[in-house]
Amino acid sequence: MKFKDYYATLGVGRNAGADEIKKAYRKLAHKFHPDVSKEAGAEERFKEIAEAYQTLKDPEKRAAYDRLGTGYRPGEDFRPPPDWQQQFRAGGGGAAHEGGAFSFDDLDLADLFESLSRQRGAQRGAPRPRRGADYEAAVHLTLEQAFHGTQLELLLGGRKVTARIPKGATTGQRLRLRGQGGKGLDGGADGDVYLDIVLHEHGLFRVTGHDLYLDLPLAPWEAALGATIEVPTLSGAVNLKIPPGTAAGRKLRLAKKGLPKPGGGEGDLYAVVQIVNPTALDERSRELFRELAQHAGFDPRAHFAEATHG
Amino acid sequence: MAEHEDVVWMHTERVISIVELARYCEVEESQVRELVDYGALEPTDPGAEPLAFDAECAPQVRSALRLCHDLELESATVPLVLSLLERIHELERSVRDLTARLGRP
Repeated sequence: MKFKDYYATLGVGRNAGADEIKKAYRKLAHKFHPDVSKEAGAEERFKEIAEAYQTLKDPEKRAAYDRLGTGYRPGEDFRPPPDWQQQFRAGGGGAAHEGGAFSFDDLDLADLFESLSRQRGAQRGAPRPRRGADYEAAVHLTLEQAFHGTQLELLLGGRKVTARIPKGATTGQRLRLRGQGGKGLDGGADGDVYLDIVLHEHGLFRVTGHDLYLDLPLAPWEAALGATIEVPTLSGAVNLKIPPGTAAGRKLRLAKKGLPKPGGGEGDLYAVVQIVNPTALDERSRELFRELAQHAGFDPRAHFAEATHG
Repeated sequence: MAEHEDVVWMHTERVISIVELARYCEVEESQVRELVDYGALEPTDPGAEPLAFDAECAPQVRSALRLCHDLELESATVPLVLSLLERIHELERSVRDLTARLGRP
Protein backbone atom coordinates (compact mmCIF):
# COMPACT_ATOMS: atom_id res chain seq x y z
CA MET A 1 0.00 0.00 0.00
CA LYS A 2 1.27 3.45 -0.87
CA PHE A 3 1.46 6.04 1.84
CA LYS A 4 -0.41 9.30 1.41
CA ASP A 5 0.26 12.32 3.58
CA TYR A 6 -3.23 13.68 4.13
CA TYR A 7 -1.95 16.54 6.27
CA ALA A 8 0.41 17.71 3.55
CA THR A 9 -2.37 17.42 0.95
CA LEU A 10 -4.43 19.90 2.94
CA GLY A 11 -1.37 21.96 3.88
CA VAL A 12 -1.93 21.68 7.63
CA GLY A 13 0.21 20.40 10.50
CA ARG A 14 -0.43 17.08 12.23
CA ASN A 15 -1.71 18.95 15.27
CA ALA A 16 -4.21 21.04 13.30
CA GLY A 17 -7.62 21.45 14.93
CA ALA A 18 -10.89 20.45 13.24
CA ASP A 19 -11.64 24.06 12.31
CA GLU A 20 -8.25 24.55 10.72
CA ILE A 21 -8.71 21.37 8.70
CA LYS A 22 -12.16 22.44 7.54
CA LYS A 23 -10.89 25.88 6.58
CA ALA A 24 -7.95 24.46 4.63
CA TYR A 25 -10.25 22.03 2.83
CA ARG A 26 -12.77 24.71 1.86
CA LYS A 27 -10.08 26.98 0.55
CA LEU A 28 -8.56 24.24 -1.61
CA ALA A 29 -11.97 22.87 -2.66
CA HIS A 30 -12.95 26.32 -3.85
CA LYS A 31 -9.80 26.51 -5.92
CA PHE A 32 -9.82 22.99 -7.38
CA HIS A 33 -13.44 21.85 -7.47
CA PRO A 34 -13.93 20.54 -11.03
CA ASP A 35 -17.29 22.29 -11.36
CA VAL A 36 -15.72 25.73 -10.97
CA SER A 37 -11.99 25.38 -11.54
CA LYS A 38 -10.39 26.03 -14.91
CA GLU A 39 -6.98 24.83 -13.72
CA ALA A 40 -5.36 21.90 -15.49
CA GLY A 41 -5.56 18.70 -13.46
CA ALA A 42 -8.12 20.25 -11.10
CA GLU A 43 -10.24 17.12 -10.93
CA GLU A 44 -7.37 14.86 -9.82
CA ARG A 45 -6.22 17.43 -7.33
CA PHE A 46 -9.71 17.82 -5.90
CA LYS A 47 -10.06 14.05 -5.47
CA GLU A 48 -6.88 14.00 -3.39
CA ILE A 49 -8.06 16.94 -1.32
CA ALA A 50 -11.49 15.38 -0.75
CA GLU A 51 -9.96 12.03 0.15
CA ALA A 52 -7.68 13.66 2.72
CA TYR A 53 -10.57 15.65 4.17
CA GLN A 54 -12.92 12.65 4.39
CA THR A 55 -10.41 10.97 6.66
CA LEU A 56 -9.16 13.91 8.70
CA LYS A 57 -12.56 15.48 9.42
CA ASP A 58 -13.77 12.30 11.11
CA PRO A 59 -12.13 11.97 14.58
CA GLU A 60 -12.20 8.15 14.51
CA LYS A 61 -10.73 7.87 11.02
CA ARG A 62 -8.17 10.53 11.80
CA ALA A 63 -7.06 8.63 14.90
CA ALA A 64 -6.80 5.44 12.82
CA TYR A 65 -4.80 7.31 10.19
CA ASP A 66 -2.48 8.75 12.84
CA ARG A 67 -1.86 5.25 14.18
CA LEU A 68 -0.60 4.16 10.75
CA GLY A 69 2.68 5.75 11.64
CA THR A 70 4.77 8.72 10.61
CA GLY A 71 7.95 9.24 8.71
CA TYR A 72 6.78 7.77 5.39
CA ARG A 73 7.20 9.73 2.22
CA PRO A 74 4.10 10.15 0.03
CA GLY A 75 3.99 7.29 -2.47
CA GLU A 76 6.32 5.13 -0.38
CA ASP A 77 5.27 1.49 0.10
CA PHE A 78 4.35 0.85 3.67
CA ARG A 79 2.50 -1.60 5.89
CA PRO A 80 0.39 -0.47 8.81
CA PRO A 81 1.60 -1.73 12.21
CA PRO A 82 0.34 -5.26 13.09
CA ASP A 83 -2.03 -4.15 15.82
CA TRP A 84 -3.65 -1.72 13.39
CA GLN A 85 -4.33 -4.60 11.03
CA GLN A 86 -5.86 -6.65 13.84
CA GLN A 87 -8.09 -3.81 14.81
CA PHE A 88 -9.16 -3.44 11.23
CA ARG A 89 -9.91 -7.17 10.91
CA ALA A 90 -11.88 -7.19 14.14
CA GLY A 91 -14.30 -4.80 12.51
CA GLY A 92 -15.61 -7.56 10.23
CA GLY A 93 -16.16 -7.70 6.50
CA GLY A 94 -15.49 -5.14 3.85
CA ALA A 95 -15.68 -5.33 0.10
CA ALA A 96 -11.93 -4.96 -0.21
CA HIS A 97 -11.13 -8.30 1.41
CA GLU A 98 -14.18 -10.37 0.80
CA GLY A 99 -13.82 -14.13 0.60
CA GLY A 100 -10.28 -14.98 1.47
CA ALA A 101 -6.94 -13.79 2.63
CA PHE A 102 -6.70 -10.08 3.02
CA SER A 103 -3.64 -8.27 1.82
CA PHE A 104 -2.76 -4.67 2.38
CA ASP A 105 -0.68 -4.77 -0.80
CA ASP A 106 -3.74 -4.66 -3.05
CA LEU A 107 -5.34 -1.83 -1.15
CA ASP A 108 -5.47 1.85 -1.65
CA LEU A 109 -5.54 3.99 1.46
CA ALA A 110 -8.85 5.54 0.34
CA ASP A 111 -10.44 2.08 -0.04
CA LEU A 112 -9.26 1.19 3.41
CA PHE A 113 -11.00 4.14 5.04
CA GLU A 114 -14.05 3.72 2.84
CA SER A 115 -14.21 0.15 4.08
CA LEU A 116 -13.88 1.35 7.68
CA SER A 117 -16.89 3.65 7.32
CA ARG A 118 -18.97 0.92 5.79
CA GLN A 119 -18.21 -1.35 8.72
CA ARG A 120 -19.13 1.38 11.10
CA GLY A 121 -22.42 1.76 9.26
CA ALA A 122 -23.02 -1.74 10.71
CA GLN A 123 -25.40 -3.10 8.13
CA ARG A 124 -25.60 -6.72 9.09
CA GLY A 125 -26.98 -9.33 6.75
CA ALA A 126 -26.83 -9.06 3.00
CA PRO A 127 -24.68 -6.20 1.72
CA ARG A 128 -26.60 -3.46 -0.10
CA PRO A 129 -25.93 -3.27 -3.83
CA ARG A 130 -23.69 -0.32 -4.61
CA ARG A 131 -23.73 1.33 -7.98
CA GLY A 132 -20.35 1.80 -9.65
CA ALA A 133 -18.84 5.26 -9.78
CA ASP A 134 -19.67 7.60 -12.66
CA TYR A 135 -16.69 9.14 -14.39
CA GLU A 136 -16.60 12.48 -16.12
CA ALA A 137 -13.98 13.79 -18.49
CA ALA A 138 -13.59 16.56 -21.03
CA VAL A 139 -12.58 15.26 -24.46
CA HIS A 140 -10.99 17.50 -27.03
CA LEU A 141 -11.75 16.67 -30.63
CA THR A 142 -10.66 18.10 -33.93
CA LEU A 143 -13.42 19.31 -36.22
CA GLU A 144 -12.64 16.41 -38.55
CA GLN A 145 -13.08 13.90 -35.70
CA ALA A 146 -16.43 15.45 -34.81
CA PHE A 147 -17.48 15.39 -38.46
CA HIS A 148 -16.65 11.73 -39.11
CA GLY A 149 -17.06 10.35 -35.57
CA THR A 150 -14.10 8.77 -33.85
CA GLN A 151 -12.91 6.35 -31.21
CA LEU A 152 -10.73 7.38 -28.29
CA GLU A 153 -8.84 5.55 -25.58
CA LEU A 154 -9.34 7.31 -22.26
CA LEU A 155 -7.82 6.62 -18.87
CA LEU A 156 -10.69 6.91 -16.40
CA GLY A 157 -10.65 5.80 -12.78
CA GLY A 158 -7.31 4.11 -13.39
CA ARG A 159 -8.48 1.94 -16.28
CA LYS A 160 -8.63 2.23 -20.00
CA VAL A 161 -12.03 2.95 -21.51
CA THR A 162 -12.64 2.84 -25.24
CA ALA A 163 -15.07 5.61 -26.05
CA ARG A 164 -16.82 5.68 -29.39
CA ILE A 165 -17.74 9.25 -30.21
CA PRO A 166 -20.52 9.09 -32.78
CA LYS A 167 -21.08 11.78 -35.38
CA GLY A 168 -22.88 14.79 -33.99
CA ALA A 169 -20.37 16.09 -31.49
CA THR A 170 -20.00 19.79 -30.90
CA THR A 171 -18.67 21.95 -28.10
CA GLY A 172 -20.81 21.96 -24.99
CA GLN A 173 -22.42 18.60 -25.65
CA ARG A 174 -22.36 15.75 -23.23
CA LEU A 175 -22.13 12.12 -24.21
CA ARG A 176 -23.17 9.31 -21.91
CA LEU A 177 -21.53 5.89 -22.20
CA ARG A 178 -23.83 3.65 -20.22
CA GLY A 179 -22.22 1.07 -17.98
CA GLN A 180 -18.65 2.05 -18.90
CA GLY A 181 -17.91 3.61 -15.50
CA GLY A 182 -16.79 1.95 -12.27
CA LYS A 183 -17.92 -1.62 -11.58
CA GLY A 184 -20.93 -2.00 -9.31
CA LEU A 185 -20.53 -3.90 -6.04
CA ASP A 186 -22.78 -6.55 -4.53
CA GLY A 187 -25.09 -6.66 -7.52
CA GLY A 188 -25.18 -2.89 -8.11
CA ALA A 189 -25.21 -1.58 -11.67
CA ASP A 190 -22.01 -0.39 -13.31
CA GLY A 191 -21.52 3.37 -13.39
CA ASP A 192 -21.66 5.55 -16.49
CA VAL A 193 -19.06 7.70 -18.22
CA TYR A 194 -19.96 11.28 -19.13
CA LEU A 195 -17.86 13.04 -21.70
CA ASP A 196 -17.95 16.79 -22.19
CA ILE A 197 -17.10 17.63 -25.76
CA VAL A 198 -14.73 20.47 -26.54
CA LEU A 199 -13.77 21.11 -30.16
CA HIS A 200 -10.30 22.35 -30.97
CA GLU A 201 -10.09 25.61 -32.85
CA HIS A 202 -9.78 25.05 -36.58
CA GLY A 203 -7.60 27.06 -38.91
CA LEU A 204 -10.55 27.92 -41.20
CA PHE A 205 -13.89 27.07 -39.65
CA ARG A 206 -15.51 28.52 -36.53
CA VAL A 207 -18.22 26.51 -34.84
CA THR A 208 -21.49 27.48 -33.21
CA GLY A 209 -23.75 24.59 -32.40
CA HIS A 210 -23.63 22.52 -35.59
CA ASP A 211 -23.17 25.49 -37.92
CA LEU A 212 -19.80 26.52 -39.26
CA TYR A 213 -18.56 29.96 -40.24
CA LEU A 214 -15.80 30.53 -42.75
CA ASP A 215 -14.23 33.88 -43.65
CA LEU A 216 -14.36 34.17 -47.43
CA PRO A 217 -11.88 36.70 -48.83
CA LEU A 218 -12.83 38.09 -52.27
CA ALA A 219 -10.89 40.37 -54.59
CA PRO A 220 -12.76 43.68 -55.21
CA TRP A 221 -13.50 42.66 -58.81
CA GLU A 222 -14.87 39.24 -57.73
CA ALA A 223 -17.24 40.99 -55.33
CA ALA A 224 -18.23 43.56 -57.95
CA LEU A 225 -18.63 41.32 -60.98
CA GLY A 226 -19.64 38.07 -59.33
CA ALA A 227 -17.68 34.85 -59.69
CA THR A 228 -17.82 31.14 -59.14
CA ILE A 229 -15.19 30.17 -56.62
CA GLU A 230 -14.07 27.02 -54.87
CA VAL A 231 -14.81 26.91 -51.14
CA PRO A 232 -13.43 24.28 -48.72
CA THR A 233 -15.90 22.27 -46.63
CA LEU A 234 -15.33 19.35 -44.26
CA SER A 235 -16.54 16.99 -46.99
CA GLY A 236 -14.36 18.46 -49.73
CA ALA A 237 -14.32 21.60 -51.86
CA VAL A 238 -17.55 22.85 -53.46
CA ASN A 239 -18.25 25.58 -56.01
CA LEU A 240 -19.97 28.68 -54.68
CA LYS A 241 -21.56 31.30 -56.91
CA ILE A 242 -20.88 34.86 -55.78
CA PRO A 243 -23.62 37.23 -57.01
CA PRO A 244 -22.47 40.49 -58.64
CA GLY A 245 -22.32 43.42 -56.22
CA THR A 246 -21.70 41.29 -53.14
CA ALA A 247 -20.98 43.43 -50.07
CA ALA A 248 -18.42 42.69 -47.36
CA GLY A 249 -20.02 41.03 -44.33
CA ARG A 250 -22.65 39.26 -46.40
CA LYS A 251 -23.22 35.68 -45.30
CA LEU A 252 -23.57 33.13 -48.06
CA ARG A 253 -25.20 29.95 -46.82
CA LEU A 254 -24.07 26.53 -47.95
CA ALA A 255 -26.95 24.40 -46.68
CA LYS A 256 -26.10 21.14 -44.91
CA LYS A 257 -22.35 21.67 -45.14
CA GLY A 258 -21.96 22.08 -41.37
CA LEU A 259 -21.51 19.39 -38.72
CA PRO A 260 -23.79 16.36 -38.65
CA LYS A 261 -26.46 16.56 -35.92
CA PRO A 262 -27.01 13.73 -33.45
CA GLY A 263 -30.64 13.14 -34.43
CA GLY A 264 -29.86 13.24 -38.18
CA GLY A 265 -29.47 16.16 -40.56
CA GLU A 266 -26.63 18.63 -40.73
CA GLY A 267 -25.90 22.17 -39.76
CA ASP A 268 -25.11 24.82 -42.39
CA LEU A 269 -21.87 26.45 -43.44
CA TYR A 270 -21.85 30.24 -43.70
CA ALA A 271 -19.21 31.91 -45.82
CA VAL A 272 -18.73 35.47 -44.55
CA VAL A 273 -17.55 37.77 -47.33
CA GLN A 274 -14.45 39.88 -46.82
CA ILE A 275 -13.19 42.18 -49.53
CA VAL A 276 -9.42 42.11 -49.71
CA ASN A 277 -7.17 44.36 -51.75
CA PRO A 278 -3.99 43.11 -53.39
CA THR A 279 -1.08 43.85 -51.08
CA ALA A 280 1.22 45.19 -53.78
CA LEU A 281 -0.08 47.05 -56.82
CA ASP A 282 2.09 47.66 -59.83
CA GLU A 283 1.80 50.87 -61.82
CA ARG A 284 -0.60 49.41 -64.39
CA SER A 285 -2.98 48.18 -61.68
CA ARG A 286 -2.94 51.56 -59.95
CA GLU A 287 -3.72 53.16 -63.31
CA LEU A 288 -6.73 50.86 -63.73
CA PHE A 289 -8.04 51.65 -60.24
CA ARG A 290 -7.67 55.40 -60.90
CA GLU A 291 -9.58 54.98 -64.12
CA LEU A 292 -12.30 53.06 -62.30
CA ALA A 293 -12.51 55.69 -59.57
CA GLN A 294 -13.06 58.47 -62.14
CA HIS A 295 -15.45 56.46 -64.21
CA ALA A 296 -17.63 54.93 -61.45
CA GLY A 297 -18.53 58.18 -59.69
CA PHE A 298 -19.36 56.15 -56.63
CA ASP A 299 -19.54 57.63 -53.11
CA PRO A 300 -19.75 54.79 -50.56
CA ARG A 301 -20.26 57.36 -47.77
CA ALA A 302 -23.16 59.29 -49.27
CA HIS A 303 -25.37 58.35 -46.32
CA PHE A 304 -23.01 60.20 -43.91
CA ALA A 305 -24.11 63.52 -45.40
CA GLU A 306 -27.78 62.52 -45.37
CA ALA A 307 -27.58 61.48 -41.75
CA THR A 308 -25.79 64.63 -40.56
CA HIS A 309 -27.67 67.25 -42.64
CA GLY A 310 -30.97 65.52 -43.10
CA MET B 1 -23.05 -4.03 -31.53
CA ALA B 2 -25.17 -3.66 -28.41
CA GLU B 3 -22.73 -1.33 -26.70
CA HIS B 4 -23.31 1.26 -29.41
CA GLU B 5 -26.89 1.73 -28.25
CA ASP B 6 -25.48 2.67 -24.88
CA VAL B 7 -23.73 5.71 -26.28
CA VAL B 8 -26.19 8.57 -26.00
CA TRP B 9 -25.97 12.29 -26.65
CA MET B 10 -27.59 13.71 -23.56
CA HIS B 11 -29.32 16.67 -25.09
CA THR B 12 -31.03 14.54 -27.74
CA GLU B 13 -33.00 12.89 -24.94
CA ARG B 14 -35.14 15.97 -24.74
CA VAL B 15 -36.63 15.27 -21.34
CA ILE B 16 -35.23 13.52 -18.32
CA SER B 17 -37.48 11.99 -15.65
CA ILE B 18 -37.02 12.85 -12.00
CA VAL B 19 -35.84 9.27 -11.40
CA GLU B 20 -33.12 9.57 -14.05
CA LEU B 21 -32.14 13.07 -12.97
CA ALA B 22 -31.78 12.02 -9.32
CA ARG B 23 -29.70 9.03 -10.38
CA TYR B 24 -27.53 11.18 -12.62
CA CYS B 25 -27.00 13.70 -9.81
CA GLU B 26 -26.45 10.92 -7.26
CA VAL B 27 -29.04 12.36 -4.89
CA GLU B 28 -32.45 11.34 -3.54
CA GLU B 29 -35.52 12.37 -5.54
CA SER B 30 -36.57 14.51 -2.58
CA GLN B 31 -33.56 16.77 -3.18
CA VAL B 32 -34.62 17.32 -6.77
CA ARG B 33 -38.18 18.06 -5.60
CA GLU B 34 -36.75 20.61 -3.19
CA LEU B 35 -35.27 22.49 -6.16
CA VAL B 36 -38.68 22.46 -7.83
CA ASP B 37 -40.30 23.77 -4.62
CA TYR B 38 -37.76 26.61 -4.49
CA GLY B 39 -38.56 27.49 -8.09
CA ALA B 40 -34.96 26.81 -9.16
CA LEU B 41 -35.95 23.97 -11.45
CA GLU B 42 -39.02 23.90 -13.66
CA PRO B 43 -40.65 20.64 -14.68
CA THR B 44 -41.80 20.43 -18.30
CA ASP B 45 -45.34 19.77 -17.04
CA PRO B 46 -45.87 20.65 -13.37
CA GLY B 47 -49.07 18.62 -13.19
CA ALA B 48 -47.62 15.38 -14.52
CA GLU B 49 -46.18 12.59 -12.39
CA PRO B 50 -43.46 11.45 -12.44
CA LEU B 51 -41.97 14.90 -12.96
CA ALA B 52 -39.80 15.40 -16.02
CA PHE B 53 -37.33 18.15 -16.94
CA ASP B 54 -35.59 19.56 -19.96
CA ALA B 55 -32.54 17.29 -20.28
CA GLU B 56 -30.28 20.22 -21.04
CA CYS B 57 -30.44 21.38 -17.42
CA ALA B 58 -29.04 18.10 -16.08
CA PRO B 59 -25.31 18.95 -16.01
CA GLN B 60 -25.96 22.25 -14.18
CA VAL B 61 -28.26 20.60 -11.63
CA ARG B 62 -25.63 17.97 -10.99
CA SER B 63 -22.88 20.58 -10.63
CA ALA B 64 -24.93 22.72 -8.25
CA LEU B 65 -25.82 19.79 -6.00
CA ARG B 66 -22.28 18.46 -6.05
CA LEU B 67 -20.70 21.84 -5.33
CA CYS B 68 -22.99 22.43 -2.38
CA HIS B 69 -22.33 18.94 -1.04
CA ASP B 70 -18.56 19.09 -1.50
CA LEU B 71 -18.18 22.62 -0.15
CA GLU B 72 -20.55 21.79 2.72
CA LEU B 73 -22.90 24.64 1.83
CA GLU B 74 -26.41 24.83 3.24
CA SER B 75 -29.04 23.18 1.09
CA ALA B 76 -30.82 26.54 0.74
CA THR B 77 -27.89 27.77 -1.39
CA VAL B 78 -28.38 25.08 -4.07
CA PRO B 79 -31.05 27.08 -5.98
CA LEU B 80 -28.82 30.15 -6.01
CA VAL B 81 -25.81 28.18 -7.21
CA LEU B 82 -27.99 26.53 -9.86
CA SER B 83 -29.28 29.82 -11.24
CA LEU B 84 -25.77 31.26 -11.37
CA LEU B 85 -24.46 28.17 -13.16
CA GLU B 86 -27.30 28.40 -15.66
CA ARG B 87 -26.44 32.02 -16.35
CA ILE B 88 -22.79 31.12 -16.90
CA HIS B 89 -23.87 28.33 -19.24
CA GLU B 90 -26.05 30.73 -21.26
CA LEU B 91 -23.32 33.38 -21.40
CA GLU B 92 -20.71 30.87 -22.50
CA ARG B 93 -23.02 29.75 -25.27
CA SER B 94 -23.57 33.34 -26.41
CA VAL B 95 -19.83 34.01 -26.43
CA ARG B 96 -19.22 30.88 -28.51
CA ASP B 97 -21.96 31.90 -30.90
CA LEU B 98 -20.73 35.49 -31.26
CA THR B 99 -17.12 34.40 -31.66
CA ALA B 100 -18.16 32.08 -34.48
CA ARG B 101 -20.20 34.75 -36.24
CA LEU B 102 -17.79 37.63 -35.86
CA GLY B 103 -14.48 35.85 -36.01
CA ARG B 104 -11.63 35.99 -33.59
CA PRO B 105 -10.15 39.43 -33.06
